[in-house]
Amino acid sequence: MVDFGGWDMPVAYGSQIEEHHAVRSAAGVFDVSHMCVLDLIGAGTRALLSRLLANDVGRLTVSGSALYSCMLNEQGGVIDDLIVYHLAEDHFRLVVNAGTRDKDLAWIGGHAAPLDVRLLVRQDLAMLAVQGPLARQRTATLLSSQAAAAAMALLPFQGAQIGDWFIARTGYSGEDGFEIMLAAGDAAGLWQALNAAGVRSCGLGARDTLRLEAGMNLYGSDMDEATTPLESGLAWTVAFAPVRREFIGRAALEALRARGIAHKRVGLVLNERAVLRSHQRVVVSGVGEGEVTSGTFSPTLARSIGLARVPSATGSEVQVEIRSRLLPALTVRPPFVRHGRPAIQLPT
Amino acid sequence: MSEIPPELKYTRSHEWLKTLPDGTVEIGISDHAKQTLGDLVFVELPEPGRILAAGEACAVVESVKAASDIYAPIAATVVAVNAQLAETPELINQDPYGRGWIMRLKPSAPAAEAGLLSAHDYQLLAAQG
Repeated sequence: MVDFGGWDMPVAYGSQIEEHHAVRSAAGVFDVSHMCVLDLIGAGTRALLSRLLANDVGRLTVSGSALYSCMLNEQGGVIDDLIVYHLAEDHFRLVVNAGTRDKDLAWIGGHAAPLDVRLLVRQDLAMLAVQGPLARQRTATLLSSQAAAAAMALLPFQGAQIGDWFIARTGYSGEDGFEIMLAAGDAAGLWQALNAAGVRSCGLGARDTLRLEAGMNLYGSDMDEATTPLESGLAWTVAFAPVRREFIGRAALEALRARGIAHKRVGLVLNERAVLRSHQRVVVSGVGEGEVTSGTFSPTLARSIGLARVPSATGSEVQVEIRSRLLPALTVRPPFVRHGRPAIQLPT
Repeated sequence: MSEIPPELKYTRSHEWLKTLPDGTVEIGISDHAKQTLGDLVFVELPEPGRILAAGEACAVVESVKAASDIYAPIAATVVAVNAQLAETPELINQDPYGRGWIMRLKPSAPAAEAGLLSAHDYQLLAAQG
């Protein structure tokens, strides 16, 4: 067990690598109840989110639709990354990171007050993420036929209240699946029912190797308040259009774009028998230096992969300092793995 | 709870030692160390013939979580390494006191066991985390 944002959480229930493979080949369940579910209620909610989020909440027009976004400070630094669900015109739901909960609530609360938006932290809800190619199907076996049909009909990045559960077709593994929010008291029963339906219990360790293979950032490692989305591989989540939308951080990001962005995020693949870890030094010959922001051993590729922030002029070859040695690594464009298969050309 | 065979000796850095009938000493990492490290993915082994000082870092076990040095518990010469670990490091996870052995050493001096822990003392150490 490890402390994770104030929560006692298992790194693995058994073998982390077996848990990883279970999600790539079948289905696994993660307890992600540490994530903070925050409901925003009131007529001013859309206006508030339009100002707070770098992605455009205007894209959410249908109830149940979801959007991934960064929430920025005035300097364009990332306060947090989150998913926002549109439940009703006066009711949106955010899922934010556990470690950033208090500062997020303070930041959102400060901007919500003048707009007559009420914050409701849904401490009554637990959240289980069921992920893998068989995740939806196996979850559906636990539902009534009517509820199962509704759940199976969800499109990617769409959620709905189905009976007592809020079910969304989202996740952090690079596989299909559901994230299910339900009354905290019902979570253990659902967990056991999922296990009985052939869904393997998975810990934080597998969650990290899965998200890294999928090329997804981890807040606090791959981006934070000192880095912008534009240097963190998240430019695709920043909606500069429409130009009149004055989201917080916009001016800073536009200024950064105008000056030129000095750093970029790349994926790294190591062909040596060693493992990339965060904070290792990246040496780019003739260009400069960067840093590994996340690294791990990829169970699917059977070699080490990582994310790094490097000078924008970095080409395809770098060196990483690992245990006092400079080892060659290749830069690639994440994801490393897509739907259980390698998504990059592996070095031989 | 981790398994701590009573007939072995242990170190504070979580290696175990087994004296074989020919006088050589087999080294591995304890069940406790294995559990702390999680799934092993790489093992870096010393060359047979290498002469080690007591306490010298001589191998590396790397897990999904962290890289960890293996230290020579005694002054010795490396006489054999478990070459299977290169392809199947998970042998350490599966059988840390058997098929997951790491290397065999020939002690430089007889009865050089000063500073090693009994299973009982190691159990107390492991219980502290």
